[in-house]
Amino acid sequence: MSKAIITVVGKDTVGIIARVCTYLADNQINILDISQTIVQGYFNMMMIVDITGAQERFGDLVEGIEKLGGEIGVRIKCQKEEIFTSMHRI
Amino acid sequence: MLNMFEVIETNNMIEQEKLDVRTITLGISLLDCCDSDLDAVNEKIYKRITTVARDLVSTGAAIEREFGIPIVNKRISVTPIALVGGAACKTPEDFVTIAKTLDRAAKEVGVNFIGGYSALVCKGMTKAEENLIRSIPQALACTERVCSSVNVGSTKTGINMDAVNLMGTIVKETAEATKEVDSLGCAKLVVFCNAPDDNPFMAGAFHGVTEADAVINVGVSGPGVVKVALEKARGQNFEVLCETIKKTAFKITRVGQLVAQEASKRLGVPFGIIDLSLAPTPAVGDSVAEILEEIGLERVGAPGTTAALAMLNDQVKKGGVMASSYVGGLSGAFIPVSEDQGMIDAVTLGALTIEKLEAMTCVCSVGLDMIAIPGDTAATTIAGIIADEAAIGMVNQKTTAVRIIPVIGKGVGDTVEFGGLLGYAPVMPVNPYSCEKFVTRGGRIPAPIHSFKN
Repeated sequence: MSKAIITVVGKDTVGIIARVCTYLADNQINILDISQTIVQGYFNMMMIVDITGAQERFGDLVEGIEKLGGEIGVRIKCQKEEIFTSMHRI
Repeated sequence: MLNMFEVIETNNMIEQEKLDVRTITLGISLLDCCDSDLDAVNEKIYKRITTVARDLVSTGAAIEREFGIPIVNKRISVTPIALVGGAACKTPEDFVTIAKTLDRAAKEVGVNFIGGYSALVCKGMTKAEENLIRSIPQALACTERVCSSVNVGSTKTGINMDAVNLMGTIVKETAEATKEVDSLGCAKLVVFCNAPDDNPFMAGAFHGVTEADAVINVGVSGPGVVKVALEKARGQNFEVLCETIKKTAFKITRVGQLVAQEASKRLGVPFGIIDLSLAPTPAVGDSVAEILEEIGLERVGAPGTTAALAMLNDQVKKGGVMASSYVGGLSGAFIPVSEDQGMIDAVTLGALTIEKLEAMTCVCSVGLDMIAIPGDTAATTIAGIIADEAAIGMVNQKTTAVRIIPVIGKGVGDTVEFGGLLGYAPVMPVNPYSCEKFVTRGGRIPAPIHSFKN
């Protein structure tokens, strides 16, 4: 399985998770894990998603979800998991 | 499974502490482009580079996007041109045509620098190598992206003092030939001792003759990450300090290893090495000098600087070596003056001198790097500076280099603006006493006694 990590950081507002999840559902991306917290009014979310079926269009997905972040007013990044596992796991 | 803390740590390194992959450098062998006809050589070189490196920039951009890590430069290094053009080039002007071809190919594939306009003359010079060296001022003046390097010594062979003396003149001529742009040509010219075959960093990159047809070498960076990590170890002893640097270097290098493997897989080119160097940029917070100051120096250049740098360099290597399957290139901390805001400040304050920088080069990778000196410095004095650095490299069995810029028309107190990653530099004073009779003796300095290991 090939995974990616989506991080969302920004000012808390109604429907952030809903809109991100809808976007992922529309693109046939399955969510494997979500953790979320609010620190001093700031929304922090990390999602682990399965991108096995989306390898070819992963670049477009990254751009699309960044654009969605712009619309909601939060910063969204989507990165392949390996950048984190290579740094934090031996 | 990954936790949020780890993900945030990595992204903070990238977004706030300026972690990046400094360069993916594609080494290309041009040995099969040799021909006795100059036009044929030029055509073969252009075709080979534009074919092998066709997808380099787009692949780099794709990796950058998918992993969310900036890859600042995509570059090419080629076989030393003195070897490739030797059969066809009868004059320095002939070699200049190859420089123009390299520049054209670099522009076609979209890389910002191409290295390898080089000659390896650590023991002796062939006629072709001498012609290439004599062509350097013109070649660097009429091209934008070509970088040149000359290896004048090694631990095994000693120092070729004829080449050292010639390079003093060539550096001066290059400064003259590019005086309209603050002698910028000299920023693209490196004089080495013990030059590595697999260095991915410019201006000294070339694709050594011991290398395969094509290879991917990656240079990582991240002085900012090391500095922020050390802020948390303030007041702690050396054990804690060293552990912190090692752990940070490990994490940084793992990212480089990942990028190198991805690039290698996607381009179908074997992975060569990771270069572990901490490479600064003029941006605040991306400075090796700031790390040294965080370690406990009021200003870089103060007593203790050499010891602090020696420790930093060693810990970076110890952490990095474990993170990569192959480490090579220069691997250490770079101390270029104009590319490091902390170094620039220290020079302006009078804390850092050329003599202290020379001492620092004994314990870190490379050498006197991006240092502006007065334009009226004698060619023989520049040769003397090169000889000193080469001697340090030769005796200590390490790479040393000189990239020094005699800025025509400027003197001590002036500042030179090179622009972009090359930064700006205050012109530094040079010892005014002559070494002319020494550097013009002719011949070689023999290899040191400890090089005889057979």
